Amino acid sequence: MVMIDKLTSLLGAGDVLTEQEDLVSYSFDGTATFRQLPRAVVFPRTTQEVAGCVKVCRESGTPVITRGAGTGLSGGTVPTEGAVVLCLVHMAEILEVDAANLTLRAEPGAITADIDAEAAKHGLFYPPDPGSMKISTIGGNVAENSGGLRGLKYGVTRDYVMEVTVVLPDGEVAAFGNRCVKDVAGYSMRDLFIGSEGTLGIITEVLLKLLPRPEARRTILATFASMEAAAETVSAIIAARIIPCTLEFLDQMTIRCVEDYTKMGLPTDCAALLLMETDGHPAAVADEAERMVEIARKHGAREVKTAADEAESLQLASARRSAFSALARVSPTTILEDVTVPRSCLAEMVAYIAETARKLELTVGTFGHMGDGNLHPTFLTDERNLEEMKKVHQALDLIVKKTLSLGGTITGEHGVGLAKKPWLRDQLGDVSLGLMKKFKETIDPENLLNPHKIFD
Amino acid sequence: MRLKEMDFSVLQQCMHCGMCLPTCPTYDTTKRERNSPRGRISLMRAIATDDLEMAEGFADEMSFCLGCLACESACPAGVDYAGLFEASRADIEEKGLNKGLGRKLVRFGTLEFLFMRPRLLRWAGRGMRLWQKLGAAKFLPARLRALERQAPEIGERFSNELIEPIEGEGKWKVAMLTGCVQDLAYAEINRDTVDVLVANGCEVHTPPVQPCCGSIHAHNGEEEMARANARRLLDLLPPDSFDVIISNAGGCGSHMRHFAKLLPNDGRAKEWDAKVRDIHEFLVEVKVRPPMAAPFEEKVRVTYHDSCHLAHGQKVVLPPRMVIDLMPGVTRVELKESDWCCGSAGVYSLTQPEQSRLLLERKAGHIRATGAKILLTANPGCHLQIQNAMPELNVLHPVTLLAKAYRNEC
Ligand SMILES: Cc1cc2nc3c(=O)[nH]c(=O)nc-3n(C[C@H](O)[C@H](O)[C@H](O)COP(=O)(O)OP(=O)(O)OC[C@H]3O[C@@H](n4cnc5c(N)ncnc54)[C@H](O)[C@@H]3O)c2cc1C
Ligand code: SF4
Ligand code: SF4
Repeated sequence: MVMIDKLTSLLGAGDVLTEQEDLVSYSFDGTATFRQLPRAVVFPRTTQEVAGCVKVCRESGTPVITRGAGTGLSGGTVPTEGAVVLCLVHMAEILEVDAANLTLRAEPGAITADIDAEAAKHGLFYPPDPGSMKISTIGGNVAENSGGLRGLKYGVTRDYVMEVTVVLPDGEVAAFGNRCVKDVAGYSMRDLFIGSEGTLGIITEVLLKLLPRPEARRTILATFASMEAAAETVSAIIAARIIPCTLEFLDQMTIRCVEDYTKMGLPTDCAALLLMETDGHPAAVADEAERMVEIARKHGAREVKTAADEAESLQLASARRSAFSALARVSPTTILEDVTVPRSCLAEMVAYIAETARKLELTVGTFGHMGDGNLHPTFLTDERNLEEMKKVHQALDLIVKKTLSLGGTITGEHGVGLAKKPWLRDQLGDVSLGLMKKFKETIDPENLLNPHKIFD
Repeated sequence: MRLKEMDFSVLQQCMHCGMCLPTCPTYDTTKRERNSPRGRISLMRAIATDDLEMAEGFADEMSFCLGCLACESACPAGVDYAGLFEASRADIEEKGLNKGLGRKLVRFGTLEFLFMRPRLLRWAGRGMRLWQKLGAAKFLPARLRALERQAPEIGERFSNELIEPIEGEGKWKVAMLTGCVQDLAYAEINRDTVDVLVANGCEVHTPPVQPCCGSIHAHNGEEEMARANARRLLDLLPPDSFDVIISNAGGCGSHMRHFAKLLPNDGRAKEWDAKVRDIHEFLVEVKVRPPMAAPFEEKVRVTYHDSCHLAHGQKVVLPPRMVIDLMPGVTRVELKESDWCCGSAGVYSLTQPEQSRLLLERKAGHIRATGAKILLTANPGCHLQIQNAMPELNVLHPVTLLAKAYRNEC
């Protein structure tokens, strides 16, 4: 029997798609410019079915590309030629909330925002909140080790994964981790699978750690005449032993685009905008907010606004939440980067990006997670303008080199996938990259799972 | 082909971020990309670049799409889905990819014949009303009976018998559009609209015979007919003679704001587009006079359903709610998923009965959960679809409530 027939008899005809219209719609993800048709798209509904699909594909050496919602920003779900896309959106149950152990168990296709909403029903909290949380899947979040706007205080996805159930490339099923807060039984295999971008195994169930939901939250928006002043404010806040949950910034270009789009009254002659949020016990929140406002003023903030209530809070936060959208509206193609530097080098990095773009006559807006040193320089361009695209790549190359010279990383949260592959060796060096490849070869000797991603 | 000729950057504008997926009713049903806005745009793009042949698969897909434009509201990148949708349907129509004789008949009978001839449409309406009063449908074969159930119940009198060509006087000179389905089934809503306008200082011009606005044609890929209708409206109601042009039906208003795109060489179209207002939007703009009396003797609990083309097509979301909240004795509870399509979507309930039924049941469930006995909505398609499914419910237009309240003042 040929592969497609076997998959069909395993899953049923409705869950195996091969029509041209289907293949076209699974040939890309959230990343600009990458495109390749798969051979088929399959929708397993249980761990056993996932394992079955992997075994069938393995017989003919067909690569399997795992896919959640396809919002990835590094080309992680773009198929390789002849590959089968294995899409997990039908495995989307939230299986259990354990209020005694503060955990939540879910299938990989469960949507990130639904997970936090379910936790909230029990007065609990799932902190990682990527901008795509309304549609991204928890499987995708774990596979990319996604961050969000609360990284500074609450960390990233990895900090909340207690156990993963994984289908391995040979079709065997294994669980790594458990419900225990402490566990040092051997290597942490669980951590190997977190952030593995679908190259080592297919995650079919996760056990997540939850926290008590913070009782109060306060949002502050401040604008500055220079990026340095904003950066100094951030350093001073941290030096004052305040750990805000959110410290986000926009540069001038981004402020202008956001103002154009939202008309919320942002001063467009400002060089930097900071969105700050503190959460926790109401008394502590009130005190910290007051001190943050004071520090911002002392470091030359031009205007500082504190939200009076939840509605205003959301309104202020929308300045940051709409940054990517506001930039995306400006041009046909948006190339979004994800470099990250030590927090103290952030202002220097932002200046370097702006300078590089100016030299190469490119348009760039930079925003990101100031508290984490994670920047999203966003180039506004048109993929049909080959001349300009060449320059964009040139700029990316320069930005990456600068990042690495400052001790940074080529990607803080979007993963390597296809987009950052050219620079991984520069960052890791031969020994480290070689060891990484050895892991891949050991676990997936036939190179079946998401081949040619991260490295070749 | 329109998809190939159009400015490619319109297609490129989609950055495939997927933010529209959770708002798309067809994706929600199947969880398949091709049934999502992002998938559909990728098909259009592939057709434009010759990477995909425009065939029945695409035609089916675009027939399955509700055209509800929820994706447009959700899209951070500002993709013009409405434009892409209409271009696609027009291409499909031109290539003759729509199958099924039944559909052809429906198209000829309605789109090409009746909706191009307002007087005939009213005569057909009369015939239908007689038919409905006689209960003649029971003699029809089963398939047609199903169709008949989805047809509007024709009103006793049409707008021209209820409204004088010119009424009221005051600050604003407004043109009042009576619509087709609204005119046939809900002429009283037009009457109520004029009452409310007059009460708020308007001189209201309502020509007794009005052409269809052409939205139903554009929505179904009949671009030429849509153009002809737009021209006729511009002739009948030259925009430079009025301060505003009022529509009280979500679908018509949404289409009528884009005449300039349809008739790029007609100088009047731009001015027309700028003057079209949804009735609620206009009322809020001119600081509508709050009624001093309640619309009903007893206190009522109501809920509001957003018509897709009002909320997503025209981005009019708050004004209807503000108008409702002005009313004494009326408590409004928010409807869950209030801006989800009810499955009416033009002729969708005929072309995609299965999906239409799913959406209608979902809507009805949410309405029941509010405990409201009155549902307010501002589009005849939704009005009909929901009223048919929930006979126990009192479905009204927000303006009707306001008109009632004004009438109770004296
Ligand atoms: C508008 C927008 C905002 C974003 N904001 C953020 C942000 O703030 N922070 C951030 O970190 N990212 C962000 N992202 C990137 C992206 O949303 C995240 O990487 C997200 O985790 C991807 O989830 P997904 O379900 O879409 O995964 P997909 O894109 O489908 O897959 C991503 C990768 O994970 C693999 N994968 C998916 N599911 C599984 C599984 N079950 N088992 C094994 N491998 C799997 C895939 O093979 C692929 O390599 C944003 C994206 C967009 C479009
Ligand atoms: S118009 Fe409605 S049904 Fe069609 S793609 Fe957009 S959201 Fe989905
Ligand atoms: S939200 Fe807009 S840009 Fe994003 S996938 Fe949908 S249509 Fe494309």
